[in-house]
Amino acid sequence: MTIDTARLREDFPILGREVNGHPLAYLDNAATTQKPRAVIDALTHYYETQNANIHRGIHTLAVEATEAYEGVRAKAARHIGAGNPEDVVFTRNTTESINLVARAWGDANLSEGDEIVLTLMEHHSNIVPWQLLAARTGAHLRYADIDAEGRLDLDSLRSLIGERTKLVSVTHMSNVLGTINPIAEIAEMARGAGALLLVDGAQSAPHLPVDVEALGCDVFAFSAHKMLGPTGVGVLWARPGLLEAMEPFLGGGEMIAIVKPERSTWAEGPHKFEAGTPNIADVIAFGAALDYLHDLGMANVREHEKRITGYAIETLERAGGITVHGPRDVEVRGGAVSFEVEGVHPHDISTIVDGYGVAIRAGHHCAQLLMRRLGVPATNRASFYLYNEEREVDALVAALDEAKRVFGRVESRTAV
Amino acid sequence: MSRAEPQFDELYREVILDHYRRPRNAGSLAAPTHQAEGANPLCGDEIELDVSIEGDVICEMAFRGQGCSISQSSASMMTERVCGGTVEEAHRVMGLFEAQLVESAEPDPALGDLEALHGVAKFPVRVKCALLCWKVLREALQTNDNEATATPKGG
Repeated sequence: MTIDTARLREDFPILGREVNGHPLAYLDNAATTQKPRAVIDALTHYYETQNANIHRGIHTLAVEATEAYEGVRAKAARHIGAGNPEDVVFTRNTTESINLVARAWGDANLSEGDEIVLTLMEHHSNIVPWQLLAARTGAHLRYADIDAEGRLDLDSLRSLIGERTKLVSVTHMSNVLGTINPIAEIAEMARGAGALLLVDGAQSAPHLPVDVEALGCDVFAFSAHKMLGPTGVGVLWARPGLLEAMEPFLGGGEMIAIVKPERSTWAEGPHKFEAGTPNIADVIAFGAALDYLHDLGMANVREHEKRITGYAIETLERAGGITVHGPRDVEVRGGAVSFEVEGVHPHDISTIVDGYGVAIRAGHHCAQLLMRRLGVPATNRASFYLYNEEREVDALVAALDEAKRVFGRVESRTAV
Repeated sequence: MSRAEPQFDELYREVILDHYRRPRNAGSLAAPTHQAEGANPLCGDEIELDVSIEGDVICEMAFRGQGCSISQSSASMMTERVCGGTVEEAHRVMGLFEAQLVESAEPDPALGDLEALHGVAKFPVRVKCALLCWKVLREALQTNDNEATATPKGG
């Protein structure tokens, strides 16, 4: 099924607005996505009809709110092919999910001389928690390299994974290069070394059909707001048994079984990791986002994004004076497209294209190690989602022409 | 692009692009009396500044950096404007420059070329780009001569 963007865009109120006198072309979806009416309505509906604190409550509102909240746990599990909703923990975001593992699993399982294997294409959220863990435990960090096209160098990765490796943590899809990493193959390497494999799914869960069983990872983390949902909700999935083996991350209400003066026992399953009142309303609204994606079909979302990503790469390269980073083959990449415009700094590009209503991102994209590896201080990034259309790519390229004109002025004058 | 045509020629004045392409006083000093460096960590603009002061006169300046046209041209124009004057004069120009950007004050003739950056005031997210080099200069001027090589990293 081809996604009918013209019809679908009517579901997103914000896509109808103008920015600086031009129709908004929102191409910053790797940072966060826009929300369909159904998600916004779900928030309002919850506060207007069901608002109550969940669990423990006996009254009707508390029961309804609890059922709605727990229902989303099941939907989140289904979205990534996980069999048991009890293996899904709600956090604030992908970053918190990764920090939870670094604390609750890492502190108990790593010691001096152990190794954590990462890649140079990781987001800071999949680097800094491990640096902090390494500082606490005396473990060391190792980084796998990328090749000239921005793909993960599997030989480099293989050479780093050995008997000292306790953890391999990689992104499923790069937020800068768009590269999709071969997780199943990496899982085999990790398994062979007896290491835990964590997959940062912040950029994949919104855009690809994901099946954690087929991927073979131990932990998978993603965020609601990058997939039509509200901000403030993250998901952590861990393979069956792993959560039980981990100590709590935060202590407080909701996460206990029995509290005694000196020692308490913990609630079962994911509740052990959800101390305090969680983000009930946003989790429930995230359920509406998951329904929206499920109705469209993730395979259809992926097909749409392959088309528009291919069109964007081709159009940008044809425009001249533009270098695109990352793989060209849309089969092995997603819709985050980083590029540079010759002679114009990304911040200047971003300011100029914003003048034409085009929203892209400029900077290091929380990936300073990758910027250094690419030998650039910053890049421009356009990133696509299910509602983007080719005419928005055209608007971007036309605005880039204006940037080239503004910055070409002095040179062309001196050339005369 | 038949709709509203944004006026970028106002933001990216020719004098700005000229300083960006041909930065004045780029490089380093052999024996600076004052040094500082700074960065805008969120966007990656970086400036390192060497200053040589004799008595109360700034006799030489040089900077190294990377970043957008606004951050780099501001640094280039700053060195041209304050070099040769007193430290007190540098602080006065700094105040006028900040007022132009932060309070959208009318450009003061004493700013010289730096007046060209007044268009940045209309782009609040870019103001920090134009101010970075001035933050670094303020820090450099606060260091003592004998601290010149041990200035803490700014930004």
